[in-house]
Amino acid sequence: MGKIKVLTGNYTATEAAALCRPDLVAAYPITPQSSVVEGLAGKVHNGELDANLVQVESEHSAMSVVQGAAAGGGRVFTATSAQGLALMYEPYFRMSTLRMPMVMALATREMTSPETVWSGQQDAISVRDAGWIQVFCDNNQEIMDMVIQGYKLAEHPDVLIPVNVCYDGFYSSHLTEGVDVPDQKEVDEFLPAPSFAHCVLDPKKPFALDPLTPGPLLMKYRKSHLDAMEKALDIIEEIDKEFGDKFGRYYGGAISEYRTEDAEVVLITIAGMTGTGMDAVDIAREKGIKAGLIKLRFIRPFPAKRIAQVLEGKKAFAVVDRSVCFGWSQGPMHMEVKAAIADVNEKYAHFSAIGGLGGADISLQNMLDTIEQLEAQKEEHGEKTTKWFMNE
Amino acid sequence: MKEIRLHGRGGQGVVKASQLIVKAAVKGGRYGQFIPFFGVERKGSPVFGYLRLSETPIRRKMQIYFPDMLVIMDDSLVTLPATYDGLKDGGIVIINSKKTAEELLVPENAGIVASVDATGISEELFGKNIPNTSMLGAFAKIAGLVDKDALFDEIANAFGESNRKAAMRAFEEVKVIKE
Repeated sequence: MGKIKVLTGNYTATEAAALCRPDLVAAYPITPQSSVVEGLAGKVHNGELDANLVQVESEHSAMSVVQGAAAGGGRVFTATSAQGLALMYEPYFRMSTLRMPMVMALATREMTSPETVWSGQQDAISVRDAGWIQVFCDNNQEIMDMVIQGYKLAEHPDVLIPVNVCYDGFYSSHLTEGVDVPDQKEVDEFLPAPSFAHCVLDPKKPFALDPLTPGPLLMKYRKSHLDAMEKALDIIEEIDKEFGDKFGRYYGGAISEYRTEDAEVVLITIAGMTGTGMDAVDIAREKGIKAGLIKLRFIRPFPAKRIAQVLEGKKAFAVVDRSVCFGWSQGPMHMEVKAAIADVNEKYAHFSAIGGLGGADISLQNMLDTIEQLEAQKEEHGEKTTKWFMNE
Repeated sequence: MKEIRLHGRGGQGVVKASQLIVKAAVKGGRYGQFIPFFGVERKGSPVFGYLRLSETPIRRKMQIYFPDMLVIMDDSLVTLPATYDGLKDGGIVIINSKKTAEELLVPENAGIVASVDATGISEELFGKNIPNTSMLGAFAKIAGLVDKDALFDEIANAFGESNRKAAMRAFEEVKVIKE
């Protein structure tokens, strides 16, 4: 049994990362992520955590330093947000395409401009094709558990892909609630020391890491990366079960469902808006609307088959995005859910909803309005106009 | 579930106070959640906080539009439309002030309105206006939502015995100015 501690989302990520015994942490502070690494620095300073903590001068350096340590076979951790992620884009891509496992916490934040430091998911969503695995968390317990599961997944010999554990800036990063913090011994049992050995830097056996690679060979690496992503969908389910059996908390794998069994209309959510969506589903049910919810947990790899299975036989769905898909006038997760379903316009009434950009709230009323619109339009198949949650 | 909105100014300790309430609630086997709302962070600017206390897990993570209770740490905020906005009929108001309910522009639909001179207590005990721990004393007395001793222990753990004393003083001195 763990111990219940009252923590913010960021300090939850701190506690979780420390439980995973990283060899090295390198990071640069940026709102709203800063307290993750502040907490780790405190633990190293107090002697609670035996890790190298490297103070770097930018996020580009942070990702480069952890990359070097991972190339030496170490378990590494960092955290960032928004502009920081943008600045680390080059080594970020290299980390995944070198197939180096690690976990990075991402307190998601809107991208400028207009100038903003507040919540949004445009940062994480915009790098969804940079080869990382991305999981989005709804509450602090999930942040705790996904950092721990993240290392297991990233280091799995059939995966070897770094993992982003994403949670909403401020609405989760600064949210305080009780969290079950597992015992160190139990985490050690679940997560043995890393043993990946595909590129270990050893001064006694010098070799060149990542030399110029001709296209035909590069294509083999790419295909292998995509195959591992596909395989990760199965490993995610296995780890969810193994974790649940040990710690008593199951998350459903790549997606989770709420009251979908007999639902006619389905709300599809991502990260911290999910709890609000579940409350809206309950209220809609009391009004006689057969509503349900799918929470997108992993979006890379994208659980297309499972989403299509759950939606089979339903009448209507809306996907709520906290980011936009420039050029498509809708949210990116709506685009991806549509791509998961053949004949989507013949089978469903559906639309994209966009809200919560730049720190704006996604309210219970927004979620209820969306469900009620689905109920009203459920018999009229095809795509409806994108709904914007324009709250004052 | 009770939804409590806190209003203060940067530097008055709205965030720390709310986190202590969540700690006391969780230790008592209940559920608590606090989300701070940050604007442009600087000392003295208006700060909001959204606090929820419940017997069952709290799922929604959003702002509070229709509070059951308001905790106002600075009475100069009452002229801002956002301060009393959406207060439920019969909702409780706990405010750091020496003024009357009329002077505080308390809305008609409010229930119990209680005030305490938390600024005076903190200036006397600490030599500066950090009213948060005194306001927790008033909250413990009026709200009836957390165990007083558990909350005061959290205050002492976080800020020392002098702050427990501030909370005790406010617990004794808080008075209902409208029912």
